[in-house]
This record gives sequence, structure tokens and C-alpha cells, in this order.
Amino acid sequence: MNGRAILTLTVVIGLAACGAQTGQVGTAVPGAQTSIQNKGSDTMVNLALAWAEAYGQIHPEVQIAVTGGGSGTGIAALINGTVDMANASRAIKAEERAEAEANGIEPVEHVVAADAIAIVVHPSNPVDGLTIPELADIFAGKITNWQEVGGEDRPIVLLSRESNSGTHVFFLEEVVRQGRTDDETLFSPDTLLMPSSEGISAEVRHNPNAIGYDGLGYVTADQKVVAVAPAVGQPYVLPAIETAKDGSYPIARDLFIYTIGEPQGAILAYLDWIMGPEGQAIVKELGFVPLKGAE
Amino acid sequence: MRKLEPRKREFIIETVIRAAGFSAIFFVAIIFLFLLKEGAPAFWQVSLGNLFGQRWYPNEEMFGTWPLILGSLLVTVGAVILALPLGLATAIFVRELAPDWLREILKPLIEVLAGIPSVVLGFLGMVAIAPLVRTYLGVPTGLTAFTGSLMLAYMALPTIISVAEDAIDAVPKEYRDGALAMGATHWQTIWRVVMPAARSGVIIAVMLGIGRAIGETMAVMMVTGNAARMPHELTALFMPARTMTATIAAEMGEVAQGSTHYHVLFAVGILLFVVTFIINAVASFVVIKGGPRRGGRLMG
Repeated sequence: MNGRAILTLTVVIGLAACGAQTGQVGTAVPGAQTSIQNKGSDTMVNLALAWAEAYGQIHPEVQIAVTGGGSGTGIAALINGTVDMANASRAIKAEERAEAEANGIEPVEHVVAADAIAIVVHPSNPVDGLTIPELADIFAGKITNWQEVGGEDRPIVLLSRESNSGTHVFFLEEVVRQGRTDDETLFSPDTLLMPSSEGISAEVRHNPNAIGYDGLGYVTADQKVVAVAPAVGQPYVLPAIETAKDGSYPIARDLFIYTIGEPQGAILAYLDWIMGPEGQAIVKELGFVPLKGAE
Repeated sequence: MRKLEPRKREFIIETVIRAAGFSAIFFVAIIFLFLLKEGAPAFWQVSLGNLFGQRWYPNEEMFGTWPLILGSLLVTVGAVILALPLGLATAIFVRELAPDWLREILKPLIEVLAGIPSVVLGFLGMVAIAPLVRTYLGVPTGLTAFTGSLMLAYMALPTIISVAEDAIDAVPKEYRDGALAMGATHWQTIWRVVMPAARSGVIIAVMLGIGRAIGETMAVMMVTGNAARMPHELTALFMPARTMTATIAAEMGEVAQGSTHYHVLFAVGILLFVVTFIINAVASFVVIKGGPRRGGRLMG
């Protein structure tokens, strides 16, 4: 379902780029067509599409094909040399880097934006703030009733993205395990694994028992966002572009683009544009966190 | 051009038909061999204790398939329990009780039911049915095995109704006339004469319905919550579940080819194949043991 939407969008952007070319036949240099293959994180796919679309309008000679599939898929494609740029919502793993180098490819990391992970509940839920240790116990299945964290006497229903999503892995490492690498806690087996962001938001909208997490850019107005404190006694902070940027909101992560070796030519120009004011304005528009000092 | 002589023509037609028949066997064999080739490495890369453990969490190399197998069975059994009485009753009504004009309306409508894409049903289930299940059954979430069973029952119904109806239709009119002439009521005729005579066809209807239910993926993935938990308690039907099909569909897209996880997903496919095979074998056994169709024990 998602894949088809992405494919359609890719085609639409391709067509738009073609349209733009025929409109400015005089300015485009014939034969100077460049195409960039860009694949990876589903979290970033809307952002990557928006970038590609805006860039295609000012540089019609560059065609950018964007596909999703997940951070792991994008990095795997980069290792196989089938894409030029891989989007990832997590850093490349050591074994992935080793595999790439065995293939003669050196992945170079570029931080292009950041993302705050929001904790969402039903609008009628009276709980306004949770600490990271509380969240860890909730998602590990140690706290099972809202009463234990100051809510009503209701069972807690846990919602998560599927285990192959970069967001899932990040949440497990930074929240459920609280950043401890020797911790082997897992999500509770009762956790509902939803195949899409829409699955999470639909359940959060309808179910007063539910708690879920998702990228700030995917949170809609009919869900309640809970403030998070890093530990007991510390201030509760709501996720926002400002709080993620100054580090006061504890569940934020960097978003990456990986290239094959140091970028050159059209890819370098595109990356510079992404990290420049225009690219970062799109980041902010879509609810992600722009880079420091980009505005 | 001279026409081929009849004997040659017959030979060509027979060969083509035979090839078509054998191709079905060939394709099943090829599919099974492919599954075996991709899935077999899982059985030596992962210890059997892990593979038949109780926790499915592939990120940490935990490949316990029990929650998935039981999840599939739970959802399917629930669907059959819901669909069987409803499907048989509808088939009996359409064939034996409904007036002609009503039958002409009902039959095409039932066929339309079969044409609704499962993703549409899944969406309906997620947005409309799941909240109702939660509200009226008082369970923590509406995304449960039961919600999946409801969707599957709905999907299996057209199959069960059409096939069972054909089986009932195939019972000779003399049987009904005979029963009525001996003083049986309308209902006695249906229940004691027509249904036993149509039994093998009805069993096939149910098996096809189960086949539809256990292999269904999209709708199930959208409404069962996909939590790989062991159904320990009696109320597990009203808790979330994760089926084998939904697991393969959700995880195959992003798994690295040739990795352990990839092989285990194919192994789950083999398990699904085996479970379906067992169900079919049991069904054939029941049909054969029940004797030939329209067999002797009519007034039993």
C-alpha cells in the first residue's frame, strides 16, 4: 500500500521534472542530464520527496528518484551500489560498514536533519507527563495500568511500529533500554506492532487505553502529545522543533544521508542545497528539526 | 489446406489437456522445492529450541514460531466458528426455502461479497469494527484475534455459501419427494435427508472457506494488532495476535536476502504449507470415510 504510493509519487515527480524540462528547452543543456537514485527510511520518505520536488524545479537537468522501504533497505542498496544516496533514520551499523568496505564502497555519513519522537495518547487521557524510566517500564510491560502513572484505572495498550523500522530500533535502544548497551530488555510481547503510522494514529484516536510513539512530523491534531522528562525530578518537556534543537527534549535523533565516498558533482550540489537554507526550510515545514545554524 | 484427420486431432487435444493437468502438479512441486530451498537453512542455522520457542523478536535473533502458529490457528478457528453456521443457514435458505424471485436477488449479491478486496475490508475493520469490538466487549483494544476472525468469516462466507448451495442443489429431487411422501416435514427433509446427502460437498465448502481464511494476509495484518503473544488463557481470542501470513508480509520487505531472518521467514512459509496440508488431509479423510456421495445412511 505504502510502496505503491511511493512509486506513484516517484512517477509524478519524474513527470513533473520532464514537464519542467520541456518548458525551458532553451536553458537546459542537451545531454547534460543527471539522475540521482535515492532510497531508504520510510520516516524520511516524505521529506526526501519534498526535497526532490523543490530541487527539480530549480534544477530541471537533475532527476531525483526517491523510494522508501526502510533504513536497512536503503543502506543495503548503497552497499550493493544500486543507489547514489541512502536515507537512514539510524546510524549505519558496524557490520554494514564492513560489508560495504568489502564491496569496495566507503559510505560517508551526512547529518541532514533531526527528528523528535513524540509520545501520543488518546485526547481524553489525563496523563500530561511521563519520565523516561516510566516509559521504559510501560513499554517493557512492567507497568500495565494507567493508574500507576497517575491516570485512570484502565489497562495500557502499547503501540509500536514494526520491528524493522528504524524508529522501533531507536525507541528500543534509547527509551526501553534507556541508552544502556548491556541492557537486554525487550518490548512487552503484548505490544501491538502496527504496519504503518496511520495504524498507530487510528488506534490512538479511538482508544483511550492506547499509548504510542511516532516521529513528530506524523502526529496529527487529534492525538494528545505527552511531555517527557529525562528522569524523576527533572522538568517535563513537550516535543517541538525548538526543544529538540536545544536538547531539552530527551527523545530526539539525527537523520542521515549516506553517499558512496565523498560526494561530487550533482550529488554534492544537491546535498549542499539540502543543508542550506532552502532545504532546511522544507525540513521545518514537514515537522522535522532543521540543522543548527541553518537559518 | 487439408483438415487433420480426426484421430490426429483427438491426439493433439488430449495431449494439450494432459499437459495442462500435469502443469498444476509441476507448479506445486516447484513452489514447494523453492520454499524448501530457501527455508531449509533456517533449521540448521537456528536451534530447534529457538525456532519453536515462545518469543518472536527477529531483531535479537529470537525466532520462536509458536506464537505465530497459534495466532494463525486462533484467528482461523474463530472465523470458522462464526462463518460455518451462518454460511450453511444461508445456503439452505437460498436453495430450499427462498422463493424464486428472492433467490435471483440473493445469489448475485453473495457473489459481489466475494469481490470486495481484502485491503478494503481490512481498512473497514481497523476504522469501524475494531472500535465497536472494544466498546461492546469491554476489552483493552479492538485490534484482536476476534476482530480478525470477524473479517475472515466475512471473506469466507461467499465461498462457503456458493459451494454448499451447489452441493445441496445436486441432491436429486426424488430424495425430497420420497421423504415428503413418507410424512416428513419440510425441516425434517432438509436436515435428515438433504443435508446428509450433500455432506461431502458441504465439507468441501467448509475446507475451501478455511483455506481462504488461513492464507489471508492483508485484512488480518490490519486488524489483529500483530502482537506475537502466546495465547495462554481462554480469553486469548479477545486479545491481539500475530499470524504467520502477517509476519511474512510485514517483515519480508526489509529483510536482507540470505540472512538468517530471511531463511526463517521462508521456514514460516513451510510451516504454513504444512498446517494447510494437514487440514486438507483431514478433510479428504473425512470425505472418503463418509462413503460415496448420496450414500446409504439417509434416514440415519
